[in-house]
Amino acid sequence: MTTALVELTDVSKFYGNIKALEGVSLQVYPGEITCVLGDNGAGKSTLIKIVSGLHQHDGGTYRIEGEEVRHASPREALDRGIATVYQDLAVVPLMPVWRNFFLGSEPRKGRGPFKRLDVHTMRETTRSELLRMGIDLRDVDQPIGTLSGGERQCVAIARAVYFGAKVLVLDEPTAALGVKQSGVVLKYVAAARDAGLGVVLITHNPHHAHLVGDRFVLLKRGAMAGSHAKAEITLDELTRQMAGGSELEQLSHELRRTTAADR
Amino acid sequence: MTEATADERLVRRSLSRGLLARPELGSVVGALAVLLFFSFAADSFLQASSLGTVLYASSTIGIMAVPVALLMIGGEFDLSAGVMVTTSALVSSMFSYQMTANVWVGVGVSLLVTLAIGFFNGFVLTRTKLPSFIITLGTFLMLTGLNLGFTKLISGTVSTKSISDMEGFDSARAVFASHLTIGSVDLQITIVWWLALVAVATWVLLRTRAGNWVFAVGGGAEAARAVGVPVARTKIGLYMAVALCAWISGQHLLLSFDVVQSGEGVGNELLYIIAAVIGGCLMTGGYGSAIGSAVGAFIFGMTSKGIVYAQWNPDWFKFFLGAMLLLATLLNHWVRKRAEAAA
Repeated sequence: MTTALVELTDVSKFYGNIKALEGVSLQVYPGEITCVLGDNGAGKSTLIKIVSGLHQHDGGTYRIEGEEVRHASPREALDRGIATVYQDLAVVPLMPVWRNFFLGSEPRKGRGPFKRLDVHTMRETTRSELLRMGIDLRDVDQPIGTLSGGERQCVAIARAVYFGAKVLVLDEPTAALGVKQSGVVLKYVAAARDAGLGVVLITHNPHHAHLVGDRFVLLKRGAMAGSHAKAEITLDELTRQMAGGSELEQLSHELRRTTAADR
Repeated sequence: MTEATADERLVRRSLSRGLLARPELGSVVGALAVLLFFSFAADSFLQASSLGTVLYASSTIGIMAVPVALLMIGGEFDLSAGVMVTTSALVSSMFSYQMTANVWVGVGVSLLVTLAIGFFNGFVLTRTKLPSFIITLGTFLMLTGLNLGFTKLISGTVSTKSISDMEGFDSARAVFASHLTIGSVDLQITIVWWLALVAVATWVLLRTRAGNWVFAVGGGAEAARAVGVPVARTKIGLYMAVALCAWISGQHLLLSFDVVQSGEGVGNELLYIIAAVIGGCLMTGGYGSAIGSAVGAFIFGMTSKGIVYAQWNPDWFKFFLGAMLLLATLLNHWVRKRAEAAA
């Protein structure tokens, strides 16, 4: 079997005396989508922040292609090929699409103090890269804040793919989107996978996860609640485990009683 | 599909639409209004000699409004900018005088000290993550105290000693406080400094990586950090740019008047901010231009000198400035809404 692009083993994270994450393991392989599922407060954000280099893990090991790492900044993670697309802070809304696309990795020409942005290349590349992912933008000069949420996610994904990311980490890409837009974003996620990237998809929507995921990691109150390959688990079972299984049955039981009492 | 074919959904933007999207549009309209107003109110306002005076007044504010605008685009304030100019002038004057050194040595030491103050502002800001309002308010008060305290301690009065007979004074003056005559117009060298700064700042802002980062840290610091922009370094750089321009202004202050009053500069920081805001900078960061700050400074220069040419009591000046600020901000707001609706 090939080495995992990203492998977390027994990773823990503490904020002071608060256990945010404990004993979580996860593997990401090229051309596969690993879904991380969990309710609010389950530790999904902490996990993603460790993978993307915003935080450092306190326990366990973090390996990239077999090599143990500890990122000091998101820049380091980026340089190792780990690109993260955040749900709300993927882009700077007031800046034009092409400036956002290259933000942090701007191509330049000229030398010495006259080194300047290669504006022509930036504009053209943005347009063609987005077109390649099937996003036909009217105007790359428009502020990215004027795009829809789904389009913004897609720009961020296209950006990560263009910059040669090996692993794409997506933080709830479909959380704030409508059904149709979610579908569009999931299509690009699948496109990234087909391009050979390893994808980590964070979500609390088991339906979206099961549509595209190859393996599923369930988090609950900062700990692993399960890890399954797609063949091992059905959508119903995934939904049941994700929602807390017996708790959900209890809830539906209670709700049924209330409606009955109202009659 | 060739690159040349325009997207059919992209309605060709008319010239007026394109202009509407520029941050400085509101200020240009305001500047024209002020120009028209004073040309009627004061007969001598449109004369060539007045132009030199108005431009000089504009440049003294404008030199500082440029970095303050950049800083505001980067999402921060600097309330210490006004007194920092005085500090910079005091340092070069007192160092040269006390050490009986060449004036250029004092000027050099002053550059280092002023840049250090700028670095301090930026460093404390990025380390503590406190609002820049608080941190630079602290620096502002500390510098005000230090300016007065040190000057009294060293020279016994509130102003510095004359350095006009010292070595290097004339050459330093030629750089920071000379003037040139073009036709019948007498132009102060600060105007050249000002226009050069505006040009450099505009180029940096729109065509360099650093400029891209300035917009990014002001428009979305977290997003910028996540894609690898060095947010702290960018902000520290911006504060040091303010310091650099404070140094230029300070040297002009010293070399044109020979002595420096230690209590000067208080309140000027607000004038710089006003010029930047009139010029279209968004208070919340991420939007604005260096050219806008120049137009804002020009409005300031026209108003302050126009009142004199109109032979009004200059006491009214602040009222006009305040009214202008309000009007300009409202106009900017309206223009931006129109521009966004058109887009």
